[in-house]
Amino acid sequence: MRVLVGDDTAVQTRAEQSRIRTTRQPQCTVEVVSDSGEGAQKCGQTFGAVSAKMGNGVWTVEIIPAEIQPPPRSPAGASGNRIRIGEGVVTNWGDRTNVAIAFNEQVLLARHRLDAIEEDAILLVENMWATHKDEDIRAEWAAAMDELGQANYRIIEVPMEEECLTIVENARKGKNMFALGILCWIFDRDMEITREQIAHAFRKKDPEITERNHELLELGYSWADSHLDVRIDVTPGLSPENTLVMNGNQAIAYGAVAAGMDLAAMYPITPATSVSHQLGEMFYKFGGVVHQAEDEIAAVGVALGASYSGKVAFTITSGPGLALKTEFLGLSVMSEIPLVLVNVQRGGPSTGLPTKVEQSDLLAALFGQPGDAPHVVMAPATIEECFHSMITARRIAETFRTLVMVLTDANLATGVQPFPRPTLDPAWQGSLPDMSPVPEGKAPYDWDEETGLSRRFIPGTPGGMHTLTGLAHDENSKVAYASAINQKSSAMRSRKMAVLQSTLRPPVVHGPESGDLLIVGWGSTKGAIEEAVDRAREEGLSASSLHLRFLSPLEPGLKGIFGRFKKVMTVEINYSDDPDMPYITDENRRRGQLAWLLRAQTLVDVDCWTRVLGEPLQPGAIHDVIRANVSKGGAA
Amino acid sequence: MSLSCSSLLTPVDEDREFRLDDYEGARARWCPGCGDHSVLTAAQRLLVDEQLKPEETVFVSGIGCSSRFPHYMKTYGFHGLHGRALPVATGVKLNRPDLHVFVVMGDGDCVSIGAGHWVHATRYNVDMVAMMLDNNIYGLTKMQTSPTTPQGYKSNTQPQGSWLPALNPLEATLGITNASFVAQTAEWIPAHLFATLQAAYRHRGFAFVRVLQRCPVFTEDIYLDAVRNPEMIDMLTHPDGVELPESLRQIYTSEVRHDPKNLAAAREIAADTSRLRLGVLYRDESNPRYEETRHLPLHTAEDKIRILNEELDQYAV
Ligand SMILES: Cc1ncc(C[n+]2csc(CCOP(=O)(O)OP(=O)(O)O)c2C)c(N)n1
Ligand code: SF4
Ligand SMILES: [Mg+2]
Repeated sequence: MRVLVGDDTAVQTRAEQSRIRTTRQPQCTVEVVSDSGEGAQKCGQTFGAVSAKMGNGVWTVEIIPAEIQPPPRSPAGASGNRIRIGEGVVTNWGDRTNVAIAFNEQVLLARHRLDAIEEDAILLVENMWATHKDEDIRAEWAAAMDELGQANYRIIEVPMEEECLTIVENARKGKNMFALGILCWIFDRDMEITREQIAHAFRKKDPEITERNHELLELGYSWADSHLDVRIDVTPGLSPENTLVMNGNQAIAYGAVAAGMDLAAMYPITPATSVSHQLGEMFYKFGGVVHQAEDEIAAVGVALGASYSGKVAFTITSGPGLALKTEFLGLSVMSEIPLVLVNVQRGGPSTGLPTKVEQSDLLAALFGQPGDAPHVVMAPATIEECFHSMITARRIAETFRTLVMVLTDANLATGVQPFPRPTLDPAWQGSLPDMSPVPEGKAPYDWDEETGLSRRFIPGTPGGMHTLTGLAHDENSKVAYASAINQKSSAMRSRKMAVLQSTLRPPVVHGPESGDLLIVGWGSTKGAIEEAVDRAREEGLSASSLHLRFLSPLEPGLKGIFGRFKKVMTVEINYSDDPDMPYITDENRRRGQLAWLLRAQTLVDVDCWTRVLGEPLQPGAIHDVIRANVSKGGAA
Repeated sequence: MSLSCSSLLTPVDEDREFRLDDYEGARARWCPGCGDHSVLTAAQRLLVDEQLKPEETVFVSGIGCSSRFPHYMKTYGFHGLHGRALPVATGVKLNRPDLHVFVVMGDGDCVSIGAGHWVHATRYNVDMVAMMLDNNIYGLTKMQTSPTTPQGYKSNTQPQGSWLPALNPLEATLGITNASFVAQTAEWIPAHLFATLQAAYRHRGFAFVRVLQRCPVFTEDIYLDAVRNPEMIDMLTHPDGVELPESLRQIYTSEVRHDPKNLAAAREIAADTSRLRLGVLYRDESNPRYEETRHLPLHTAEDKIRILNEELDQYAV
């Protein structure tokens, strides 16, 4: 069905508004797409922020162009935001979009071809291209509209350019606020909050720009009011009080400060870089330093040197940078200098998919350092957890004199979600290292035989002088030539992981604690997995899920939990062979990285379902996997 | 000086006077005749002379024969990774500007695997002494060609002789923007070595010192002529650099007055390898020092919470 609403249709009168149909929906997914540089992101972000302020659950993800400099009006250039709002908490980006607003038909076509649009979606599209003076563009428009017309969308043409030109000279600079006005009308957004949000977004610019944007917003709203006949009611059901809205990289940056860390060394790499942008501004106020090093090796070296001499420092990177830092990470473990490393995972190997999400660094994070290098690997599952994980990471690094890796991913890094505002505690910042004189005879690695723990002597501490070394060493940090010393020091470093594990709580199962199928996940997929499990349970399927925050050491009690399910499988964003692919046998099948780890550690025949599509997993897709695996009767 | 029992029992005494043995760590295990021994002695003498507290002094090194250095000191030491001493030292100094930081590297360490760090550490100009102990060879791994190996010199990896002309570390360092101290000395002339290290220590900024170092095991012949024939060496002298120690005047008769402020002259001297030149080639204390440009007053935990709360208000719904 294709409904045209333009100047040629009769303008609706107020009386006709009774024809406006409002449908109530528990949640709804919206996309704003344009060529890059047309401001779709600002429109989407503002819409998300306003919705959060009104008390809707929100999850915002960026739609990133496939090419860096795509030509205008090309499918590869689709750029913008997906915003999923709900009556309650929204934990993931959903399946397909219900409402899309596009600044040209080509970017819309791109989303259609990616199967990103729901069957009965409402699509609003700028129609200036239909009558463009360039014949080719008119032809492209016609072909695209034809293709889109095959589907069951409701397509509404919007004269964005024409309308915006009544206010601004360059409509390209105004369409996003006009589009925002349309969305505000459809979703009945609070206009006062919207105006405030716009003013905030443009606070660093000329006030005239805010004024102009307010006018464009009103124009879009009133255009929708007189031309559209569908409104969607996603009733805000949350109390917006004491809530913060930010993305995962911002949460990491603030978490680092709340954790008392004041030196971050990094080398720019997508999608980790924005943490350093954030810190660059913030640290100035807090008295900290972001050191942009000459490369990732130097970055981790500087962080390690800083940690060695006092408070724990951190470094932040993504896949290729993690590879470069490897040797220093081993040194951190060997010499027991605490260090925090944040790895914002992107697609790999090699340069891979720089802007896209993947969870493929798990095994590299765990085992990437040559030699035996036991260390801690954590993975926050939500944006809120990104914040808190930095505090935990710093504390563990310091207490256990070890390397702590925090694995996030592009989905968490750029996703925006409201979460309860933390009540900051000065104790999170830890205390300055003990620099009281070292008693005579105390060794720099005075390992407690039971726990492997020891006091760290930092420079400036009288009587603590020793030479730290990456060579195998004894308690006194003396190079170990006797083989027994290496055996003992290896055991001491390893012991710390067991001690840490003994302090962890067993993970909590989402859903019943026994049944046909247990899905195990880690990192950013939690929301999608749990939504899928809930949908499956509503259908009467026996499925539960478990989400791990610690990958090294693993949380305790896994084997017992797994034993209460007929089948256990991981769902991950990394590559695995599907069992029915050519040549694949049970013996040679390459499995998901968490599955690999869990099989090794629990001897349970853990299956997996993984995808590397460069995007977050959809709850619908996981739901299908659950159906397929439960109906198989949990053939574990 | 007579010591009472009570002062013997007090581990930290602000007025304590440090002697050579306060800085002596494990017994040095370099080969007999290795030039590294002499650098160690000079460094220990310097610490006595400057009365640096052992606990406030850090020697950072890489991996190599020369990088064993920190183990033989009784200060804090960081014997890290091959080529990576400079980033570690930079981290130490950024976090703790109060510490005295010395870096010891080999030629492979500094101008091969760690070359990127050498360039950037020079530019950061963080206050530290960076010594490159240049034996023109990879010693620890047993005689592979290094970037500073003379052209034609045979090694285990280039048995027909090094194919390329040697890299000139002085010329290269002087080409780096914001270089603030570049000197060359030789370990077989202890008085000059000491004077140069002292000038480097007293310089505020990144002091790069290339120490010509004999390795009697693998490159025995390389510096032999220069050791035997002092007239082959020009001593660069200046009140703002190093003056020729009295004890050496009789031996080193070729003295060249060179003002270390003169970068163009320094570059010319460095580029001309027809003679060996020892002394301070370049020195400028007015260059920005990274750790100072980055130094910001630290806040208390409560202060931080206040600021953090203000920051978080921006994200409040
Ligand atoms: C990453 C890495 N690559 C290679 C080595 C092996 N290695 C150790 S020392 C060294 C070269 C030492 O030469 P130099 O830096 O000149 O120091 P010297 O032994 O001559 O004092 C090499 C290649 C290593 N330890 N680490
Ligand atoms: S091999 Fe050469 S550089 Fe190494 S310790 Fe022996 S003499 Fe010194
Ligand atoms: Mg060497």
